[in-house]
Amino acid sequence: MFDVVVIGGGVVGACILRTLTRYDLKVCLVEKQADVSMGASRANSGVVHAGYDAMPGTLKAKFNVEGNRLMPVWAKELNVKYKNNGSLVVAFCDEDLETLHDLKARGEKNGVPGLEIISKERLFELEPNICKTAVGALYAPTGGIVCPYGLTVAAIGNAMDNGAGLLTNFEVASVDRTADGFTLISTNGQTVQARLVINAAGYNAGRVASAFGDDTVKIGGRKGEYILLDRESEGFVTRTLFCTPSKKGKGVLVLPTVDGNILLGPTATEVSDEDTTTTKDGLEEIITKAKTVCDNIPLYNAITSFSGIRAYSDRHDFIIEESAFIKGLINVAGIESPGLTSAPAIAEYVVNQLIARHFELKENKNYSPYREKDSFFMGLCDEDKNTLIKKNPQFGRIVCRCEQITEGEIVRAIHQNPPATTVDGVKRRLRAGMGRCQGGFCQPYITQILARELNKDLTEIEKSGLKSNLIVGDTK
Amino acid sequence: MKHDIVIIGAGPAGLAAACQAYDSGVKDIVILEREPHLGGILNQCIHNGFGLKRFGQSLTGPEYAQRYIDMVLERGIKVYTETTVLSLTDNKVITAISPTEGLFYIEAKAVILAMGCRERSRGALNIPGTRPAGVYSAGTAQKYVNIFGRMPGKEVVILGSGDIGLIMARRMTVEGARVHAVAEIMPHSSGLKRNIVQCLDDFDIPLYLNHTITKIEGKDRVEGVVISQVDQNKKPILGTEKHFKCDTVLFSVGLIPENELTKKAGVTLDRATRGAVVDQTRETSISGVFACGNVLQVHDLVDYVSEESAIAGRFAAEYVLNGKRDKQTVKLSAGENVSYVLPQQIDKGLDGNVKLFFRVTKTLNNCTIRGLSGEKEVFAIKKRVVVPGEMETVILPKEKIELIDGGLTVTICD
Repeated sequence: MFDVVVIGGGVVGACILRTLTRYDLKVCLVEKQADVSMGASRANSGVVHAGYDAMPGTLKAKFNVEGNRLMPVWAKELNVKYKNNGSLVVAFCDEDLETLHDLKARGEKNGVPGLEIISKERLFELEPNICKTAVGALYAPTGGIVCPYGLTVAAIGNAMDNGAGLLTNFEVASVDRTADGFTLISTNGQTVQARLVINAAGYNAGRVASAFGDDTVKIGGRKGEYILLDRESEGFVTRTLFCTPSKKGKGVLVLPTVDGNILLGPTATEVSDEDTTTTKDGLEEIITKAKTVCDNIPLYNAITSFSGIRAYSDRHDFIIEESAFIKGLINVAGIESPGLTSAPAIAEYVVNQLIARHFELKENKNYSPYREKDSFFMGLCDEDKNTLIKKNPQFGRIVCRCEQITEGEIVRAIHQNPPATTVDGVKRRLRAGMGRCQGGFCQPYITQILARELNKDLTEIEKSGLKSNLIVGDTK
Repeated sequence: MKHDIVIIGAGPAGLAAACQAYDSGVKDIVILEREPHLGGILNQCIHNGFGLKRFGQSLTGPEYAQRYIDMVLERGIKVYTETTVLSLTDNKVITAISPTEGLFYIEAKAVILAMGCRERSRGALNIPGTRPAGVYSAGTAQKYVNIFGRMPGKEVVILGSGDIGLIMARRMTVEGARVHAVAEIMPHSSGLKRNIVQCLDDFDIPLYLNHTITKIEGKDRVEGVVISQVDQNKKPILGTEKHFKCDTVLFSVGLIPENELTKKAGVTLDRATRGAVVDQTRETSISGVFACGNVLQVHDLVDYVSEESAIAGRFAAEYVLNGKRDKQTVKLSAGENVSYVLPQQIDKGLDGNVKLFFRVTKTLNNCTIRGLSGEKEVFAIKKRVVVPGEMETVILPKEKIELIDGGLTVTICD
């Protein structure tokens, strides 16, 4: 019997789980996929929003500004890549400039520090590749970028190091009410008991709430497609570039990632399932719109395209509350943008306000907020590198040449919290296979290392879980 | 540590360069190879057809490699395997790492870059669809099949008719898989004619020219693909879609020289070849740093890689023995219907003929290859047919080189 079970291994569930382990509680997270960070948290812009976008008084505004303040602290403790690169909302006409003044006023009301409207001269100085048609911009110095799946993996890993449990391949099928809580039953027949449950199931939060008997959580999905450019394009832009929202709609973002790639996107298409298919129209839209933001985008450096489903609620604000119908069920749903930014602040609120009503929160004396980086080796000094290789020669064997990841780091990621059990799991933790060859060279070796370490046959190793096996049999 | 010549990569380029450098008088040579075995990608190319030019007989990839491995070992050239080079500086200091040696530095008098190339990935093409398991570059599939002895799939569609794709179409078929189609976006194959015949025609595998994959389906594992015909602008034509049920998609859509080390060292690269800019000695913009094989330009045949690498080996040795040369370089450039010319520079101060390598941008019949220096025609050679899939060469004798004034542009016209 757990005190608290969190449903959903996305960034929101991850941050809540981590915050729970600060206290003397028995906690566990259940995730329907083979790995954590498999939904919206693996495929989004990675933007740490400053907080001028949300309407004053909304939960979005409150948690965005607070999350923006917490993010560098969390990133430092968890060793997650974060950069305070600043963001620019670019105006291309006089009407846009007016909107910028509104945005600035709104941001100031929300408590965003340092907002400034800058001239086009200053803008071109900051970002020389912006289209020459730009007339000015709103500069938000507190804007940042973070690795979204890095944060999710690290928060769950740190929570597990502090005693939390993790059950993957656990998709909630039904819920039984018990005398002191709930029994969650998964589609593959596993059960977990909890006194209190947090529903952080993202796009599936409505379905999960219904399984408890709460039909009031209404969730929709919007697909966002992206194009990623190789790190060869690093420096093309250094700040996060937004278009000024207008009647013509929202443009796409052009921004750097924390790893030095350039990201273009997202689109926004209503969807009725979790299908993350990229489309010809979507990819063309990204290119067309990105060209209205920047000149000479090095599109020949594209290395991949992908999409994610962003869940939103019919309230068009976050839902963060105990269910009015089911005592002991806390819904944290509809966490659309700026959800990533808000996640640490949401976690603080959920635990210290909502959970505190149910449990007396006693400090976990053994809690450590720190987690070591998964890909740490190349950051060491030469002497430390050699000491480590002597102790374990696997650290001297480079498996992923593009990102310079050693076998030692891969083996470590397979065995540490949360364990990487798939090829994509290794990739998200270490970037092995995320570089310019996209795993062409290292994937066979990573598959082999996974099979060896997990004591499985190559045919049982999956790309991302379930039936995504890479090898189907033997040659003749 | 210090060595006269350090060679990065023990594929066919590195091995051939090492042998020639040794035979040209430099004995202190080391080769750094990231894989556990020498031979590079040849080890997974178990089909034959290698060595017809170099050895006058048809060898398999591993056999071809073994000939050079034996030559390297006979000469006692020092080899470090499982050793990855992390960086190269412009003053020729190499940082490398291996499980047995740890992290170490080598100061080299001359460096030969022989890192080969990589395959272009699906992402570079922005093909819409899902991202399931079962999408491989052809070379990755080749590794699974030929090195691991495991099958990456049974029902296959291949995009791109590059040689590796063609070879894998046959290989997968022989191993019991069904190859439903090879789609090629261009109106012509980028592979060798003999591979089209021996790998597709002989196995009744259809080749769809002017076609590309427009959708990949399947959530966990590939379940199907859609291929469509394209117009002259390479845009898919609506209504021409063909659906194939399959569990595997192989990409053979081009090779890219692996020049990350080169670039970080500050070597000037050629946008067209994506390799270093070199003169006829294969010396790059950094004095004493040479490049050869597929890291310099993607060759059609390994025999040509060996030939080019011997040049780099010889001149790297001369550099070590005689020091830096004064150069009188003239620039070569690609003109009409030519995508690139290599070398990009000729040092007029050197004796001997220079073999020019270049590729054409489209198929041309009964055409003339011309070398123009300003208004002056340096050479003109008639050809019955030239195709983009096959590299063209012209030997420029010393007396013709003398005629070059300023620069030389190579063109091909009807």
